[in-house]
Amino acid sequence: MTADSDARAVAEAVARRSYGKLVAFLSARSRNVAAAEDALADAFARALTEWPLRGAPDRPEAWLMTVAKRRLIDASRRKRTADDAVEHLRLLADEAGGDAEAIPDERLALMFACAHPAIDPGVRAPLILQTVLGFDAATIASAFLVAPATMGQRLSRAKAKIRHAGVPFRIPDRNEAPERLEATLDAIYAAFSEGWTDPAGADARRRNLAGEAIWLGRLVMSLAPEEPEALGLVALMLHAEARRGARRDRAGEFVPLAEQDPALWNDAMIAEAETLLAKASRMAGAVGRYQLEAAVQSAHAIRRRAGTADWRAIAAIYDALVAMTGSPVVAINRAVAISHRDGASEGLAALDELVLDARLAEYQPYWAARADLAARTGDSAEASAAYRRAIGLEPDPAVRRFLLRREAALHRHGAD
Amino acid sequence: MKYLLMIYADETAMLAAAPENRTVMTSSYAAYIDAMQKAGVHLGGARLRPTTSATSIRVRNGKNEVLNGPYAETKEQLGGYFLIDAPDLDSAIAWASRCPGAASGAIEVRPVWDMQTP
Repeated sequence: MTADSDARAVAEAVARRSYGKLVAFLSARSRNVAAAEDALADAFARALTEWPLRGAPDRPEAWLMTVAKRRLIDASRRKRTADDAVEHLRLLADEAGGDAEAIPDERLALMFACAHPAIDPGVRAPLILQTVLGFDAATIASAFLVAPATMGQRLSRAKAKIRHAGVPFRIPDRNEAPERLEATLDAIYAAFSEGWTDPAGADARRRNLAGEAIWLGRLVMSLAPEEPEALGLVALMLHAEARRGARRDRAGEFVPLAEQDPALWNDAMIAEAETLLAKASRMAGAVGRYQLEAAVQSAHAIRRRAGTADWRAIAAIYDALVAMTGSPVVAINRAVAISHRDGASEGLAALDELVLDARLAEYQPYWAARADLAARTGDSAEASAAYRRAIGLEPDPAVRRFLLRREAALHRHGAD
Repeated sequence: MKYLLMIYADETAMLAAAPENRTVMTSSYAAYIDAMQKAGVHLGGARLRPTTSATSIRVRNGKNEVLNGPYAETKEQLGGYFLIDAPDLDSAIAWASRCPGAASGAIEVRPVWDMQTP
């Protein structure tokens, strides 16, 4: 390796390990995330010019911290306001007494600030990806299918809100605000889901997103080891990720969960998910949504050994999830589970209980489930109509082709 | 940081409230203000007369336009405010949630623009 690529590799490794830690530390008191990011960007740029010449420092993280801090001090010196003067003095005091070796890890507090109820829910996941992992706005925009300028605007508005509205960098007490941890986990899961919608892994940015979300989940797990829901979330993501390779056949066609070959599932990921879930169940605190969702995936994974998923358990967990969340999406999954436990008409009856609101009318899984259940009861007219609705609502071409094949099979059987 | 808590409520319902409910409201607010003062967060505040007493003024092309009524007709109206000094938004939200008006109307929390910062 050349000195240049060597330095670059060290810088990238530090960025990966410490970016969020440095942003969190540099902005925790001023709440000025944008200024911390700018200072850090300068520090990384300087590292890339200086390290190849002199070699990477022994403690690259501390080096970057010192350079970024000086940038902040310079920037605040140029300002003349009282607030900046206070900030300036604080930075100087920090520098005099600060032990760069021991940079406190305030990433969790940063994530809680990003997922604060005062921040628009849609920008929480992008904000965490940017501040904790250092993703640029364009990368995040392409992962979330938003115009880069729009995403850039949303992110800077959110940072301005954190700064000007005084959103605190603190970890709220679990009893005081359990929904705050949930909001943080939700933001991480939203990032994972965005990565998950590209099962073929054709889009590297989105595939990475799933991996990065798992990394963030692990980070929360390590910083809040008493929170069983954090373990539940990581278990859920690992179970889903374990099946990535089985979701498409060799020709790139969609394979539904029920038809996947369990031999293609990732054993190591499933084993880790199971261990986490078992650990979570032994911890204090109520069982939350993520542990239940992970338990559903666990009951699916049983198919590896038992040959069939544990539909009795899955239906029971969905009962609990419906009671907890009231989510129509969960109710659809519950109806499908009932159909496997009791029969297709029972599943269809459970689906009929759902009030068809406007959201559901545009929700592909509802129509796909309805079509499948109707087909199994032999009602090919209704199945066909529902397949058409599902096909019309599906954005993924592979899934669309799958649904079209199913619909065509319906008519073939009908003609027999 | 300084925050303005703006209390929005349906003033017609407020004015039509039964006397005993009004007494409850008055003593609740008295206790709330007392708690804010004891905690050292209270900087000021007032109840406003109904929007029927409001007058809105605009100066356009050097001419005063004086209109009878509030700036905007809304379902709920600004009925009062508190200015508080709180360490951060979470603390301001906690105080807003304790405001008796939060139970029926809404409290808008706005950070005050410190004129010394850009």
